[in-house]
Amino acid sequence: MIHTPMGPAAPSPRPLPSPTASPSRPARQSTGHGQDSISSWPLMDRVGYLLCWAAGLLLCALAAGIVLVMFVKGISYLRPGLLLEHPSASQSQSGSGGFLDPIEGTLLLTAIGIALAAPIGVAVAVWLSEYRRPAALAQAVESGIEMIAGAPSVVLAFFGLLIFARPSLAFLSQTSAGGAVYGRSFFAAGAMMSLLALPLVVSATREGLAQIPAHMREASYALGKTRATTIRRVLLPSIRPSIASGTTLGMGRIIGDTAIVVILLGASLHLEGAGGTPGLSTLRGTGSTLTSYVFENSPAGEGNAPEKAYAAAFVLLMMVLALNMVVTRLSSGKPRWLAGLTGPMLWRWMPWRD
Amino acid sequence: MGPPPVRRIVVEREPTVVAPPPSNGRPAPLPDAPMGAKVTERMRIENVSLAYGDRWVVRDVTLPVREGEVLALIGASGSGKTTLLRSLNRLTEVTAGATRAGRVTLDGQEISDLEVTALRRRISMVFQQPNPFPMSVFENVAYALREERRGGRDEEHRGGWRGRRRAGRKELEPAVVEALQRAGLYEEVKADLNHPALRLSGGQQQRLCIARALAANPEVLLLDEPCSALDPISTATIEQLISRLRESVAIVIVTHNLQQAFRVADHVAFMHLGELVEYGSSDQVFDNPRQQRTREYISGAFG
Repeated sequence: MIHTPMGPAAPSPRPLPSPTASPSRPARQSTGHGQDSISSWPLMDRVGYLLCWAAGLLLCALAAGIVLVMFVKGISYLRPGLLLEHPSASQSQSGSGGFLDPIEGTLLLTAIGIALAAPIGVAVAVWLSEYRRPAALAQAVESGIEMIAGAPSVVLAFFGLLIFARPSLAFLSQTSAGGAVYGRSFFAAGAMMSLLALPLVVSATREGLAQIPAHMREASYALGKTRATTIRRVLLPSIRPSIASGTTLGMGRIIGDTAIVVILLGASLHLEGAGGTPGLSTLRGTGSTLTSYVFENSPAGEGNAPEKAYAAAFVLLMMVLALNMVVTRLSSGKPRWLAGLTGPMLWRWMPWRD
Repeated sequence: MGPPPVRRIVVEREPTVVAPPPSNGRPAPLPDAPMGAKVTERMRIENVSLAYGDRWVVRDVTLPVREGEVLALIGASGSGKTTLLRSLNRLTEVTAGATRAGRVTLDGQEISDLEVTALRRRISMVFQQPNPFPMSVFENVAYALREERRGGRDEEHRGGWRGRRRAGRKELEPAVVEALQRAGLYEEVKADLNHPALRLSGGQQQRLCIARALAANPEVLLLDEPCSALDPISTATIEQLISRLRESVAIVIVTHNLQQAFRVADHVAFMHLGELVEYGSSDQVFDNPRQQRTREYISGAFG
């Protein structure tokens, strides 16, 4: 399983014009290479250097291996029809249908998770970076976010099950004939998934805010603007690329998680609605995602349809790789079109635009 | 020893109408009231001391800020001149632990008694680094024009939710254009009003910041070393601009650059280690300083 990088790896946004970036500094010669030949190094340094080199090479080979194997296996088993057919329970691999439902499940779950995580994450980050009052609470929130970021998703899922199986939250999932609340639904899984994405959104947003020089804020205050207006109209628009890349990283995190799907979404074969209201019934119902589909169909699971698992894993891998590419492009800040695409799209709907 | 031989950019200028300050040799000699009939005192800094925590960075400074003239604050780094400047629009309050003693008045009113967003529309500021916001040229100025809604609903926004609509481009355009013209930038950017402001050159960006600061028609303009990040040509343009703006707005400029102070200022206040050492007309301070420390500073002995 490919997981997107976590924690401090949240990429930096398009750099603002830095006050210290003066062109006068002469380009320094790069050190390390070309200074001396390796044969003149002490033995330990040479061994160390070779080990580093080998480690890098190994990692490279591993990544290439994963992509290559999944590509070859995936392509060979993947038919376009698989993407469009509903799965069905069958003993034979040829009869078990495609994985339309898991794909829908992945998209829906990611949408719910990020729709919760992005606004909350941005709000928390703004409060932590710009207000920080009371300081004790800010520190508590910071450690709380760190805790969530470090918590294994299976623990979050289990915790979520405890919460969403409460009778008072029955309206978010299904209730059995005996009156027991299942606590498994897109709502429940989406809410817990948002916790996976939240730390990524928060850290990317905070990094973006930290890069805005203080005089930018002061310039806005000096025009008679309040702190809130400054945040809405100056700071948040400037860090759009950071927010977008944090959000995208978070989406990758959600797409790649299995434990929450198995425990809180039911990992059912189809999207099973609950209740009559269309739309709402799906959200209250159970389903599966590509990750749970791969798990169930792999030799480790019950379906025992490795061909389907390979094909689904390939689709999953492509989705995550595509997201990672988006992140890289967003954080490099080069192509305006991408930032321009995601930024305004998210932005136009935001109520905080005056 | 006189000032460095520099040519004044504005050659024709009326001599400033101030009575010669008393030259009894004591520090901080100060004219108390507006002297000439032509200059009215807009702001008054009275016995102002400023501290960050328990570290006093400005001590007991008294200065007038007059309409129609440029006041330059000069002095070495750490002399408290920027802090003093920032206290005039209460921007020091952004820093935790900053305190002020003494009075600062704008048209006779203590600035602490004024609502801060309204105050800063009357006393605006331009910073050392050109810092246009990451929006279009037009929006940068329009942003400064829009007033903060105060708590509750005032007349303008009685329309409820619909009344919250922000002023549109049509309504703001004349004021934006005027501000850009006053900052001498309009001719250069009139075709690119919708381009990102960050694409302008450094000097243009700084003039955009000046336009932004002028947009709300302030009475006082504070300039915190506005040219220190600019090349000589842009600097000259901005100095000319300052001389032109002097007519319509009281200007206080902090500068490291003595030649610049000499070129643009009508009055000069020399500060050292938080104290006001000497205040006088530009000619007097540069040609005939009364204080030993002023003489040393402008002759380049320290600073």
